Amino acid sequence: MDHILSIVTFLPLVGAAIIGLLRFFSRADDAPAIEKNAKWIALWTTLATLAVSVFLLTRFDRSVPGYQFIENYSWFAGAGYHMGVDGISILFVLLTAFLLPICIIASWNPIKQRVTEYLICFLVLETLIIGVFTSLDLFLFYIFFEGGLVPMFLIIGIWGGKNRVYAAYKFFLYTLLGSILMLGAMLYMAATAGTTSIPELTAYKWDPNTQILLFIAFTASFAVKLPMWPVHTWLPDAHVEAPTAGSVILAGILLKLGGYGFIRFDLPMFPHASQVLTPVMFALSTIAIVYTSLVAFRQTDMKKLIAYSSVAHMGFVTMGIFAGNAQGMEGAIFQMLSHGLISGALFLCVGVVYDRMHTREIAFYGGLVNRMPWYAATFMLFTMANVGLPGTSGFIGEILTMVGAYNVSTWTVLFAASGVIFSAAYALTLYRRVTFGEITNPQLATITDLDWREIVVFAPLIVGTLLLGVYPKLVFDVTHASADAVVATYQLAIGGR
Amino acid sequence: MDLTSPQTLVTILVFAPLVGAAIAGLFGRRIGDKLSMTVTTGLLFLSCAIGWWMFWLHNWGGQGDFLVQLFPFIQVGKFMSTWSVRIDTLSSVMLVVVTTVSALVHLYSWGYMSDDDSKPRFFAYLSLFTFAMLALVTANDFMQLFFGWEGVGLASYLLIGFWFKKPTANAAAIKAFIVNRVGDFGFALGIMTIFWMFGTIRFDVLFPMIASKANTTWTFAGQSFSALDLAACFLFVGAMGKSAQFFLHTWLPDAMEGPTPVSALIHAATMVTAGVYMVCLLSPLFEYAPVARDFVLVIGAVTSLFAATVGLAQNDIKRVIAYSTCSQLGYMFIAAGAGAYQAGMFHLFTHAFFKALLFLGAGSVIHAMHHEQDMRAMGGLRKYLPATYGVMVFGTIAITGLGIPDLHLGQLNGIGFAGFYSKDSILNAAFQTGQHNPIALFAYFTGLFVAGLTAYYSWRLVFMTFWGTPKWESGHAHVHDDHASSAQIESHSEPDGDQHAVDAHHKPHESPWVMLVPLLLLALGAIASGGIFAPDFVGEHQAAFWGHSIFNAPGNHALSEAGIPQWAVWAPLALSVGGLVVAAWFYILHEGLAARIAAQKGPLWTFLYNKWFFDELYDFVFVKGAKALGDLFWKVGDQKIIDGLGPNGFAWLSLQWARRQGKIQSGYVYHYAFVMLLGVVGLLTYALYYWR
Repeated sequence: MDHILSIVTFLPLVGAAIIGLLRFFSRADDAPAIEKNAKWIALWTTLATLAVSVFLLTRFDRSVPGYQFIENYSWFAGAGYHMGVDGISILFVLLTAFLLPICIIASWNPIKQRVTEYLICFLVLETLIIGVFTSLDLFLFYIFFEGGLVPMFLIIGIWGGKNRVYAAYKFFLYTLLGSILMLGAMLYMAATAGTTSIPELTAYKWDPNTQILLFIAFTASFAVKLPMWPVHTWLPDAHVEAPTAGSVILAGILLKLGGYGFIRFDLPMFPHASQVLTPVMFALSTIAIVYTSLVAFRQTDMKKLIAYSSVAHMGFVTMGIFAGNAQGMEGAIFQMLSHGLISGALFLCVGVVYDRMHTREIAFYGGLVNRMPWYAATFMLFTMANVGLPGTSGFIGEILTMVGAYNVSTWTVLFAASGVIFSAAYALTLYRRVTFGEITNPQLATITDLDWREIVVFAPLIVGTLLLGVYPKLVFDVTHASADAVVATYQLAIGGR
Repeated sequence: MDLTSPQTLVTILVFAPLVGAAIAGLFGRRIGDKLSMTVTTGLLFLSCAIGWWMFWLHNWGGQGDFLVQLFPFIQVGKFMSTWSVRIDTLSSVMLVVVTTVSALVHLYSWGYMSDDDSKPRFFAYLSLFTFAMLALVTANDFMQLFFGWEGVGLASYLLIGFWFKKPTANAAAIKAFIVNRVGDFGFALGIMTIFWMFGTIRFDVLFPMIASKANTTWTFAGQSFSALDLAACFLFVGAMGKSAQFFLHTWLPDAMEGPTPVSALIHAATMVTAGVYMVCLLSPLFEYAPVARDFVLVIGAVTSLFAATVGLAQNDIKRVIAYSTCSQLGYMFIAAGAGAYQAGMFHLFTHAFFKALLFLGAGSVIHAMHHEQDMRAMGGLRKYLPATYGVMVFGTIAITGLGIPDLHLGQLNGIGFAGFYSKDSILNAAFQTGQHNPIALFAYFTGLFVAGLTAYYSWRLVFMTFWGTPKWESGHAHVHDDHASSAQIESHSEPDGDQHAVDAHHKPHESPWVMLVPLLLLALGAIASGGIFAPDFVGEHQAAFWGHSIFNAPGNHALSEAGIPQWAVWAPLALSVGGLVVAAWFYILHEGLAARIAAQKGPLWTFLYNKWFFDELYDFVFVKGAKALGDLFWKVGDQKIIDGLGPNGFAWLSLQWARRQGKIQSGYVYHYAFVMLLGVVGLLTYALYYWR
């Protein structure tokens, strides 16, 4: 039990190492057998990680707001190997562990080239992402946070589409900007406060002007990651080029690192700056919601459309976080978790037809329901979840973040609420063009419905989306104590209620 | 758990349709059409039986109001919502309406959909709709209400687009969803306003607190408003969307793309009345929101007039009834706005029977005509469809409010079919409130005038369809109007399995028993539901009947019958008969005259025929506007400005620099390694600093 967080974090890395050794010690002409074994090893590793994280959740004390399962060893230069989870981060660990087996199964047949390397990338990525959520040391966090981009780059760059270099280049430039500023801020903080421990830094009182600068530096990095308008343009390109499972991880988890960063750093460490800059964050959030929804409406590429819709949904997250109250904060956390399931599922829905037809052009499709009724039903469910229909998890985050923001700025909510109209417009139009009508494209005449592997991929996402939609208490029970603590600290610091 | 306790039974009532929907939807193809239909219809009749029993038990059997709390929904801070089943008079009335019409529509669909090859899907959607509607009417807080609200919207979307191969059906389905979303936008803002105003979204906690906020102000978007008026207006915008009121009405006529049983259940009897139900449910709020009530009155009156005028000029049998529904919903809002929520609910109740009857009767005609919907291609059908003709006449008498007022018979004041009692009670209420509110008086005279229009277009429908010379014998079954504007879809036809056009060799045939039985039962409701329930709903027992479920502020005498002059008592009858006479003059005595007038395409006719050009206007402003804005943001905002100044501009700069410097290392991994290197350097700097 003492090292359970290290286990859950590094278990995937062990799996990656085993695959690497297997590859290293086998003859080259055994490739098909190696690939098959590697797939199974990867699957079992990710399932074991999922099992450990579920076990972690059962042992988690939901009534305590602070960090649990703490591991703390001094490392170098005052930095520590300091790990722990609270009610917020533990659910992101679970989300990551939940999505990874789905990614492995989703890649089972579509990925044909360099399979072992591909799987190693995913397993390393899992370790690095989980590490972001479990680390409580500034530099440990930085290493995981930035390190996760290397395997993601490789996934896009090696297994990606035609225009992958441009996409990776864009991704690089934005990240460069954010990283440098965040690293500088981190160095300054460590030097000034004399500690790199996140809990201790949270308790440290920064003077108001410093807060503003630090806030901007951290926000630059998180805003790129989330992404917020106007630093969002890398996302549609990255999604379009990424393989399906890469998009699932990107939309499902990597974007959430930004939101998590806001909750872990911006709000608790720089409450004054957060309060002062709330109007800016609200403005950027509402622009993201309205602007990207309208842009999504005009897309001709399925993946681009969903990518833009992700930006809009992340607008609700930042709006909720900076509302700084219980509804906004818990709504934002819920929205991130829910979006992890829904956007992941939507990219998988695109992947299903892409694997069959090798195009994402909306105009290529039409009338799929005639040949693929189960696919149509699945796609419909997630379209409705994306639209935020009550009864699906997509609704709860949206309404709670709006409720939270209402108390701070009614203008913001007035614009944000119009986003629910636009989301219906673009999502239903996409669905109609792809699935409804007669099949007019002769190439679609023999397209096949979901196979068993795909049903296995979608089933847990369907269950999760509906279950969280009608019984969100499953999430709130875990997040309540920690989220309330973040909100209470923030309100105390800014002299609110 | 006691299986026969009212609490358990209402829970079964609500969830039985969901079970049916799940079975038919998930396993329909495995278990077959027959079993899917049997299961869904059987469960619906079970719900219906419990519904009527509960209606009796609650209102006459001594069972009080109660609340079954199932399990928590959204609970964050004070934002507390619980899945529950709330039973009071209001919800028990709705349970009866919803389950009865739904059960009969399920049964009717056995016959109507017999040629369709997706029967399990159809029945699953119908049952899913019923579940969402039941969740809506039994909600005890705004979140469950919203769940049901959007849930019925989903079912409506799925059923309008049921024939997914038809582009028009798909377009109509999306239109319905999006226009309803516009309403929900207001609804959501209303819920949030209520929450931050009162700190709760639970009805039972909220209602006693409302009076305390009367005459206070609330700031929204920088403006100061009367608190309760603001909240009520926002919520009413939601009702406008769902109940297809003026400005947000455009989706309802297009929704007729769905199969006719759907039009009867969703777009006439139940879903579209959800807005009326909500306003009545929130009577404690609206009673303290005079400005919002005036807003309701104006919208209700304008809608009833607008829809009735458009209905005069339509030729599609379902569209006429759709506009009629829109207009009748306007009446219900006139009642609510006048403070006579009871009259609004009463009209909702009777309207459910006669409007479902009219739609299913129209469905029977369409079925008989092999999916022809243009009334100009019908005529003379009463000889071929005597039963359908009979019930349609009953329905028309009911909707036109024919009856003899001022005839005292037991507890009844006047004698007539269902619509007579409910419509007269609305007009009386508007008149009473109009004594001290000019807007209500405006609504009264509008309503009176619309009563005449209603009679005209309703009888016009009957005469064009069942009287006159049969147009289908001549072989010109399909009349097309080449001059219709492009946005106007003139005649709709449902997919036809056998593709027979009706001609002299294929005589129209009366519908099978499985379709006629629901028609006869609904006809019974259209005849008797008014007279039987008038004393309880709006008469002398109304206060005891509604109990706490409808609130009337002291000083609200909208339902009083005292002091109504004789002319006001007789005026509705005069107008109703007038409409009948004019319709008969145009369509029986001088058949063809109306068609010749229409053919001249005068400006008034063109205006009405094109539905006041709302679709064209909205298409131009909103659809084209959104597309243009989307393109602007995408191609100029994202591609030119953000990317141009950001990554691409940077690329251009570095390219210039690289040309000067010679070869540059390209490739993203190197770039990234560079960043990581920076990180390492930074960490080392820090370490050196630390060890200093």
